[in-house]
Amino acid sequence: MSDSRTAPGGASHGSIRSYVIGLILSIVLTVIPFAAVMTGALSTPVTVLIIVGTAVLQILVQLIMFMHMNTKSDEGWNVMSFVFTVTILALVVGGSLWIMHHLHLNTMIN
Amino acid sequence: MTTRTMSNDQASAEAHEHHDAGGTKVFGFWVYLMSDLVIFGSLFATYAVLLRGTAGGPTPQEIFSLPFILVETFLLLFSSFTYGIAVLAMNEDKLRQVKLWLGITFLLGAAFVGMEVYEFQHLIHEGYGPDRSAFLSAFFTLVGTHGLHVTFGLIWILVMLAQLSTKGLNDMTRPRIMCLSLFWHFLDIVWICVFSFVYLMGAL
Repeated sequence: MSDSRTAPGGASHGSIRSYVIGLILSIVLTVIPFAAVMTGALSTPVTVLIIVGTAVLQILVQLIMFMHMNTKSDEGWNVMSFVFTVTILALVVGGSLWIMHHLHLNTMIN
Repeated sequence: MTTRTMSNDQASAEAHEHHDAGGTKVFGFWVYLMSDLVIFGSLFATYAVLLRGTAGGPTPQEIFSLPFILVETFLLLFSSFTYGIAVLAMNEDKLRQVKLWLGITFLLGAAFVGMEVYEFQHLIHEGYGPDRSAFLSAFFTLVGTHGLHVTFGLIWILVMLAQLSTKGLNDMTRPRIMCLSLFWHFLDIVWICVFSFVYLMGAL
């Protein structure tokens, strides 16, 4: 019974392989931006791009390899709620930065 | 669409009563995590807005030690991995191994919290406490909220270890271990954002 069981939200059980792959990818995706910042070899915009890119990739790796998020369990409701939350986050974070940036410009703070 | 979902749920509920009770619990926990994500999102937005409000105090470049933070990051990453191994052991009904890997996860998580407490205490000792500037208030709130979550995760691991000792692996403890698994991996994902956007970006 426990073999066929899928745990929704966390979805199907992973294998040792998926955890090891997830761990190795996570280590690589942590070391790359760290090295980029520590060496300072690249220009600032490129470094920022690397930090954001590797962070997004690592989040996806952990969601899929560690949390086993997929569209099959719970008829995709876990993915649906995740996408909804990410939309809200984009509005909250992006909106805050946008409006406060203009406030700074208009009131000449800093 | 709603009716279709309802009838499907009912059909599968009749087929696997136990499975669905545990499954609904884990899905409900997933929804809680999504709301927790909104809390962290708000704190990240606050931090980003207040980042330049240093009020003559230290800037991020001056107070963050990246190698120290890298060690913290690896502690949490490896604890996420060891928790995964505990879940695999649970699937194979190996109670002793579940407890062993949960114990290792606890030690890694405790080391992480210990390092964070040391970092905070060091900053406050230097006079860079949360009362120094808007930037530091936002920093302590964001990173402290994450640290508090990890601390509660540690307490939860201890509770699960106690329940596994008294009750063993059953239909009650299994969904709880799955929920804690989601919680623990979720905290690792939030830490990736803290590491990237607070510490790495701050050092630029």
